[in-house]
Amino acid sequence: MTKIKVHRYTKVQKLLLGSALLIFFACKTENKVKDSSVTLQISPDNAGLSVPEGFGVIKVADSLGKPRHIAVTSKGGVYVKLRQPIDGKGILYLEDNDNDGVAETIDGFADYGGTGIYVDDNYLYASSDEEIFRYKIDGDKKVVNTVTPDTIVTQLINRRQHASKSITLDQKGNIYVNIGAYSNACQEKDRTVGSLGMTPCTILDSAGGIWRFRTDKLKQSYGDGNRFATGLRNVVGLDWNKEEDQLFVTQHGRDMLHTLYPDLYDQKTSAILPAETMYKLKEGDDAGWPYIYYDQLQKKKILSPEYGGDGKKIGGENALDPVVAFPGHLAPNALLFYTGDMFPEKYKNGAFIAFHGSWNRAPEKQAGYLVAFVPFKNGMPSGDWEVFADGFAGSKDILSPNDAAHRPTGLAQGPDGSLYVSDDSGGTLYRIIYSNK
Amino acid sequence: MRIKNQLRGKLKGLFFTLLSVLVLTSCNSRDKNKKKVNTETEIQNGSKLQDKPTQALPPYIEDGKEVYAQNCLVCHQSTGEGVPGLNPPLNDTPYVLGDKSRLLDILVNGSDVGLVVKGSTYSNAMPSFKALSDKDISNVASYIRNSFGNSAGPITVEDVAAFRLNISK
Repeated sequence: MTKIKVHRYTKVQKLLLGSALLIFFACKTENKVKDSSVTLQISPDNAGLSVPEGFGVIKVADSLGKPRHIAVTSKGGVYVKLRQPIDGKGILYLEDNDNDGVAETIDGFADYGGTGIYVDDNYLYASSDEEIFRYKIDGDKKVVNTVTPDTIVTQLINRRQHASKSITLDQKGNIYVNIGAYSNACQEKDRTVGSLGMTPCTILDSAGGIWRFRTDKLKQSYGDGNRFATGLRNVVGLDWNKEEDQLFVTQHGRDMLHTLYPDLYDQKTSAILPAETMYKLKEGDDAGWPYIYYDQLQKKKILSPEYGGDGKKIGGENALDPVVAFPGHLAPNALLFYTGDMFPEKYKNGAFIAFHGSWNRAPEKQAGYLVAFVPFKNGMPSGDWEVFADGFAGSKDILSPNDAAHRPTGLAQGPDGSLYVSDDSGGTLYRIIYSNK
Repeated sequence: MRIKNQLRGKLKGLFFTLLSVLVLTSCNSRDKNKKKVNTETEIQNGSKLQDKPTQALPPYIEDGKEVYAQNCLVCHQSTGEGVPGLNPPLNDTPYVLGDKSRLLDILVNGSDVGLVVKGSTYSNAMPSFKALSDKDISNVASYIRNSFGNSAGPITVEDVAAFRLNISK
């Protein structure tokens, strides 16, 4: 067996590189972002991932705990929201000081766990499972006061199931937050065989949709914002498409069709149905949960069995159709519209989706621990979805998500157009660059 | 020349290490085969055995596995390890291995409290399985208490009936 030797720079080489860089930047600061890519060090074997030709992967950091969503500042610093705080730190801030792509500085603050994080020119926004906070940032895009953030939204419902509060902003001072339904299919008794669906589904009054609040008002709750869109079981990935000036979301579809209705759905069908869906939302839209689900094979909105469906009857005449339908249970945890200049033209304004990978396909093999791409033209998909980055799970057959080494959870775009991917299984932060080599 | 000799020495060393590892592992696997005959200990060790059941397996293993596959597997997985953050593991936890009435309470009444197992919180609600027969509940409870590396006394049909009677009082 031959062992592949991994090239590592010696101290002297690093010193030389560093001084060369210093002189270079002193002479030509205006090209900083572009030229810094020259020194980026692609990880051996692309850190275990497979990416299309011309792309490379840098392992920015690992063992970070359970990173959920991530945000990269215009200066290249990375904010990471952790599911659970570690040593009282629920947000990490990572910096790459020598432009090799690997983070040297890792600081932390915020004593709460959560999922949502977003950064703009003036503020860092982050969510727990009940509240949204904002932190003023300085010219270097670092948080000024880590101890006493503004609480802009409070008292959002948290009944554990689907409790994560993903956030994004439009360009008019509004913040959009997912409030997931604390239920699988709004049965009177959740996930219980024989229990009927509630009519109407009262969960939708305070959850199962996207709520909109102002970014500049403090202590808002349900009465201060509005339900922007409803009928969405659990949206973890969402992004404001600036080209279209519209909100796009990815929904986690319902579970357990076979377990709850073994006579209507066999195990194999239940492993691929219903679709995980992407919606293009405008105010007042209803995506139909819990009354219907989307069947990507029949390409129809199907009446849920809890509401009298049999796997064939259609429903949801007024419910929105998805713009993309993915295979079931893959768990789209992050959505990002690519606006950078680094990647080839086909990726411009297209959508990247981080799939967390399935569990509800059992006993079938699990799937979908990957980052997908959907090309877009004029605000609508212009082709089929494709796998962009794969290999996160590691071993070949994953029977249970516990077997997956890494699970994609968050996405962010760097100022140079790099794509960052977080993983809440191995705690790794990846940076995917296009090097055309 | 000296370098060559050193290299040869190292290679020799490597060869002998490999050889001894080979010998050791083959002895080990023979040991394992031997153990397979010892049904009593194998039953106690549960899950490994399910793939190669021996005749001496108590009926609750096979019957309980069937109940598990239809009602439990999708959430708790074929490995019994559950799903991180969502559905708790069934292996090596007092909720399964401890007091019988605690396990029966979860099976019969369900659980929606955000169980904490080994420092991790699990958010999904466990539905009630009171619609299952006493026999199915006793089989599946005994199966999970003796699978996935678990080993604990079985739960009988009488245990389940007594538990139901107790909560209906």
